[in-house]
Amino acid sequence: MKLLRPASNSAAPIPLHTVVLAGLLGLLGLLGGSAAAEAKLRVVSSLQDFASIAGAVAGDRVETYALAKGYQDPHFVDAKPSFVLQLSRADLLIVAGLELEIGYLPPLIDQSRNVKIHPGNPGYLDASIGCDILQRPTGVVTRAMGDVHPYGNPHYWTDPENGRVIARAIAARLAELDPSGRDAYAKGLAAFEQRLTAKEREWSAKMAPYAGLHVVTFHESWPNFAKHFKLVIVGTIEPKPGIPPTPSHTLEIINLILAQKIPLILIEPYFDSKTPNYIAGKTGAVVLTFYPSVGGISAIKDYFGLFDYDVDALVAAMKARKGA
Amino acid sequence: MSDLDGRARIRNAGSSREPSPARTARWLTRSLAILALVASSPAARAQSSQPQGDAGAPDAAALRQEITALKQAYEQRLAELEKRIATLEAANAAAGAAAPVPAAGAETPGAPGGGGSQTSNYFNPSVSVIGNFLGVAGKNHVATLPTAALRESELGLQAVVDPYMRADFFISFGEHDVSVEEGFATFTSLSGGLLAKVGRMRAGFGKINTLHLHVLPWPDEPLTVVNLLGGEEGWIGTGVSVARLFPLPGDTFSEATVQVFEGTAAGLFEAKKRSDLAYNGHYRVFRDLTESTNLDLGLSYGVGHNGTTDSALTRLEGTDFTLRWKPLQHGNYRSASLRGEVIRSRRDQPGGRQTAVGWFLSGEYQLAKRWFVGARLEAAERAADAARRDTGQAMTLTFWPSEFSQLRGELRRRHYSLRDTANELLLQLQFAIGAHGAHPF
Repeated sequence: MKLLRPASNSAAPIPLHTVVLAGLLGLLGLLGGSAAAEAKLRVVSSLQDFASIAGAVAGDRVETYALAKGYQDPHFVDAKPSFVLQLSRADLLIVAGLELEIGYLPPLIDQSRNVKIHPGNPGYLDASIGCDILQRPTGVVTRAMGDVHPYGNPHYWTDPENGRVIARAIAARLAELDPSGRDAYAKGLAAFEQRLTAKEREWSAKMAPYAGLHVVTFHESWPNFAKHFKLVIVGTIEPKPGIPPTPSHTLEIINLILAQKIPLILIEPYFDSKTPNYIAGKTGAVVLTFYPSVGGISAIKDYFGLFDYDVDALVAAMKARKGA
Repeated sequence: MSDLDGRARIRNAGSSREPSPARTARWLTRSLAILALVASSPAARAQSSQPQGDAGAPDAAALRQEITALKQAYEQRLAELEKRIATLEAANAAAGAAAPVPAAGAETPGAPGGGGSQTSNYFNPSVSVIGNFLGVAGKNHVATLPTAALRESELGLQAVVDPYMRADFFISFGEHDVSVEEGFATFTSLSGGLLAKVGRMRAGFGKINTLHLHVLPWPDEPLTVVNLLGGEEGWIGTGVSVARLFPLPGDTFSEATVQVFEGTAAGLFEAKKRSDLAYNGHYRVFRDLTESTNLDLGLSYGVGHNGTTDSALTRLEGTDFTLRWKPLQHGNYRSASLRGEVIRSRRDQPGGRQTAVGWFLSGEYQLAKRWFVGARLEAAERAADAARRDTGQAMTLTFWPSEFSQLRGELRRRHYSLRDTANELLLQLQFAIGAHGAHPF
């Protein structure tokens, strides 16, 4: 036990490397000074959605950068060294958490040389905290169940109420990192929330006729959206999360759609539409590309635009079906 | 709660949890003195240089007395604490009538890892094991791989050490032996764009040498590594590595790494003296050419004593490139990569310097979400005998049932110098359990 008490051991080398690095620090002092003069906080997020919310709350007090593009599968982002550069300059890193970024972000954070954004420090914000997280496994979890997330479904930002929670968390964190902007962030948050409330009313009104609608989705990306807008997801084209469609499961889905007269198959923009189209051909259901993130298509420019687009697309698809 | 506090206090009665250095030091000194006395007493007894013959006896008696005194003191404190616990429990029971108290051992909401006293597991490292099974068919008289082997079981243990560093261990189990493939601390909070690693690590020479066997795009190491970097294992060094970022205009990543290792690396370097060290320098540039295409370039230089004479050096120079294409939207289904590496080894040895050159060129194309095909061309002279040149061609087909398992077949033809040609089929199954590692890039 005594050997493993690092507290006393690690205390010794700190002054040593501090001394060694003092020269370098001095050299970099000028650089640091000029960065401070810029005054804009650099916010890097794993998803465009968080960047959009941060931008809405903070306006031009921050500069945002999202690692994953909205049309990219957020589970499979490459750990590119160019991201190391972005992270090395970040004041705040916003992540979805729930192990969504586990395949690429941890090594990038380690290589960033930026201790501010290490987990546990104020520059690291896990946006899932406080959000309504669904599908938290309660029983045994094994990878026989596919690519399950043991902490719950990480696609939670598709519920606009979770967007509100995220905005509050971002505003609070920005105020902590940049106290001089506290009022601006509070004002930005109030405006965001006010607009969100109005928008939620608008979206809910549009979706009201379809409450209880049964749909099939490709991946388990939509439980939060479905909960908020009262859709019922009855099946997924993937037999298990992350496992591509199999003939037998596809047949099951075809039978399910026929039996329940399911009108819509929702598919994320980054999945292969071959199987959904095949199923649609067999059943008459409509395949609708549904965007889970800001930037999924150029028309979706911000977090409000995300729901504007998806809600309108669903309503239009249902109306077209009825008209046909 | 009261019970927990009581126990904590009892356990810490001697080694106060409060950081009172003077008290800790005193206690430590006393314990050490007691230990030293206990350890030395039989020896002291055996020595008869003391005038009274049995010189150890008075010491031992004193010690026994001290221990008895200590025991009494502790028993007293224990009794005291037990009394206090009983009082508190009684108080709790009384309070319980008004407000229910959570049962002992009940989980604190939101506390991961469960019970309050079981925190010792919380900081355990992420654990993963990757099995690498290789079956081989065909004839090869030079590199004789067994028909079937669990070639490697790699145990990964990774965690943050403290606010200053993290630690990564990769223990490589063969079927009959174990080695530390890597085990290092990374100092993640240095300033000045520095990242330092201390320990045992794969040398940052080129690209392939830095990769673990299980993330290679083939089931085997290319000839450049086998012939010029010391054999199948490649160059692994024990020492210090420091890397610094030098960002270039246009968001171009550039990083320079300097590594100083102990002078012996299996099959490559051999130190005759402690001051014979091995050095490696690597410069890497990475740039996104477009959103879906990126280019990775590297230059490497390594040098170390090869042990053939007192001053004989082996100098290594290398250049590597990786060109990747992965459309962001459909990258789960289509991607391609082209990579190549050229290495030159200049090895001083009795009889003159051997200058050996090797290269490989390899491509991989993703056919579907889980299917990849690949091809590799390679040629390398042998470091100690550059007149002997081996060449090879290989084709691979890889199927990933899931992110955590991989089946790969490789048809490999290698022409070894002295006109020996080997045609082989390598079948590999890799499977990973435990913590989800980062995807290779």
